[in-house]
Amino acid sequence: MTTPNLTDAGPRGASTPVGDVVLRVRGLQKYFPIQSSFLRRTIGQVKAVENIDLDVHAGETVGLVGESGCGKSTTGRTMLRLLDPTGGSIEIDGRDVTHLSMRQMVPVRRSAQMIFQDPYSSLNPRHTIGKIISSPWEVQGVNPEGGVKKSVQELMARVGLNPEHYNRFPAEFSGGQRQRIGIARALALRPKLIVCDEPVSALDVSIQAQVLNLLEDLQNEFNLAYVFIAHDLSVVRHIADRIAVMYLGRVMEITDSDSLYRSPRHPYTKALLSAIPLPHPSMRGQRERIVLTGDLPSPSNPPSGCVFRTRCWKAQDRCATEIPPLSEVSPGTSVACHFPEPAKEPVSFTPPQA
Amino acid sequence: MTAQSTGQVAGAGTTKRAFLELDELKVSFQTEDGIVRAVDGVSFALERGRTMAIVGESGSGKSVTSQAIMGLHSRRAAKISGHAWVDGVDIVTAPEADIRALRGTQMAMIFQDPLSSLHPFYTVGKQLVEAVQAHGEVPKAEARRRAVTMLDRVGIPNAARRVDDYPHSFSGGMRQRAMIAMALINNPALLIADEPTTALDVTVQAQILELIRELQVEYNMAIVLITHDLGVVAESADDVTVMYGGRVVERGGVDEIFSRPSMPYTWGLMSSVPDMEADRGKRLEPIPGQPPSLINLPKGCVFRPRCAYAQHVPDGRCDTERPDLTPVDEGHDARCFLTLDQKRTLAVKAPGTEEVA
Repeated sequence: MTTPNLTDAGPRGASTPVGDVVLRVRGLQKYFPIQSSFLRRTIGQVKAVENIDLDVHAGETVGLVGESGCGKSTTGRTMLRLLDPTGGSIEIDGRDVTHLSMRQMVPVRRSAQMIFQDPYSSLNPRHTIGKIISSPWEVQGVNPEGGVKKSVQELMARVGLNPEHYNRFPAEFSGGQRQRIGIARALALRPKLIVCDEPVSALDVSIQAQVLNLLEDLQNEFNLAYVFIAHDLSVVRHIADRIAVMYLGRVMEITDSDSLYRSPRHPYTKALLSAIPLPHPSMRGQRERIVLTGDLPSPSNPPSGCVFRTRCWKAQDRCATEIPPLSEVSPGTSVACHFPEPAKEPVSFTPPQA
Repeated sequence: MTAQSTGQVAGAGTTKRAFLELDELKVSFQTEDGIVRAVDGVSFALERGRTMAIVGESGSGKSVTSQAIMGLHSRRAAKISGHAWVDGVDIVTAPEADIRALRGTQMAMIFQDPLSSLHPFYTVGKQLVEAVQAHGEVPKAEARRRAVTMLDRVGIPNAARRVDDYPHSFSGGMRQRAMIAMALINNPALLIADEPTTALDVTVQAQILELIRELQVEYNMAIVLITHDLGVVAESADDVTVMYGGRVVERGGVDEIFSRPSMPYTWGLMSSVPDMEADRGKRLEPIPGQPPSLINLPKGCVFRPRCAYAQHVPDGRCDTERPDLTPVDEGHDARCFLTLDQKRTLAVKAPGTEEVA
């Protein structure tokens, strides 16, 4: 299923350069088998990612948000073939990589890298910083201009590390500095796309802001595309141009950041946004809070029809029988809901037809 | 209920002390590298029914402070001085048996990570029953009945059935609820919540904060809320204590702190978080550098190495002298050499307050 707004860039802010598509995902699925403990027979499947379509353009940041267990990290990992997709297709930088072997993937990884959430477990404690940052070159057989050491030190300086610390070990660095090491490593091959999986959620707020600013600067400098996975909605709104809201492995809504926060169209998005604490004590009680009852259903046995219907206050009979397709309700905004919320002004383009 | 009687007897002998009162509380640890001054003189007072938020980054001493209030530091490993009165009992000097009696009945704590605070080997019900029976001769059936009631009260669906489940079959939000149930089952007067919602999704966070607020009114609890999330503070706190490098750097009522933050560290915290109400393109203004080592605190003001405003203070006082907590307004103090005028004019606005000067 293709929806026009996902394949086209749609109307966007002038500040965002619209470049080539560096990542194209169609109908992406990832199921994990559930095996019986005795005979290791497959007795069910966890549908972690179900039917995701997404285009990411050069220089653009696409945010993936949702609650824990919604499949956003699995989506990010499957996109880069760190996990094998169950179905669908993945194109990185114009090349279909869906069925490539791990060896065939090696050259593809020059253009697509990843930054991980935990700056403690994602760096080998027995390697020096120099070795960690230069390892992508080693794997790819690249000889950087001017020599490895000089190039690593340039990268270190670029991400705000002291180049003299070339021979130090990860244990000598704080969380924020380690995250900078991870960023330098991801940058080493000058990729076009970086998947950032919760890159700042393990950091203190003041350090978080430093790393977010660094990511923005690097994006401007190298025209990087980011897939930014996070559960902190204010961080995602700040950094992303477009945001996809996920629930139980599916995209519920995808639109540009400003529209999403001004006028959420999917009931789930609305509930999610209403749960964010208001930033000033004088605003207490000013927002109508939509409290979702119950917990996330099990992804091994998702509800029929719309997966959100069990917690949705607008659900009707139709929601139980018919899966709502992700369809465009206004230019640049797609929603998977039979009864989307009306759009709130200011809307500079045509009103929704739904 | 020996605990309560001890507390009240001791409380009766003193003059008008707040329910929870810290007076120059200091906690330090001897390590191979030197003495870590984790908490270096914290004072505040908190009455029942009110919420005090302690805000700060990792290493600011907020968790060590709360553990000292609960009497959780080993007296051999930690050197503690000053006072921490809970209902008139000074936790710093009281015998271990008295503190143990206070824990659970008069004060309780909830932690960030509910999975590691529940025992994986026992059912949730068994752990709740144990909490009840640890503080009095309660028949098992009665204790179990209270466990079910409490689980139901914190919003566990089907409490009568789920009471026999193991923690692993609970979701993250339900585990947090179960832990809150365990903390509150003996009806404590003081609840210490150490990052109670940090591991949770926003939707669950909103439910848990709402639950804590309801229970606070119901039981007239004093709450110490430890968090780094200014949004949570804005929603839940009555008073705020901002900590940095083991000291209080600013304290005051929540409206005061958000409307007129009065020292550079607090400004930095506020400008570091993306403002949902502001223009999206606005660049964040992080605090440069990193928190200080608690072994080698800088001379002068502990925030000096990261402070962008020190040039406004004459004679390099910030480098040589430690500022005291000085009043900015009634009930609002800040630890900074900037003059009152400078604190107003240089102040960075809190998120969501474009119009507030």
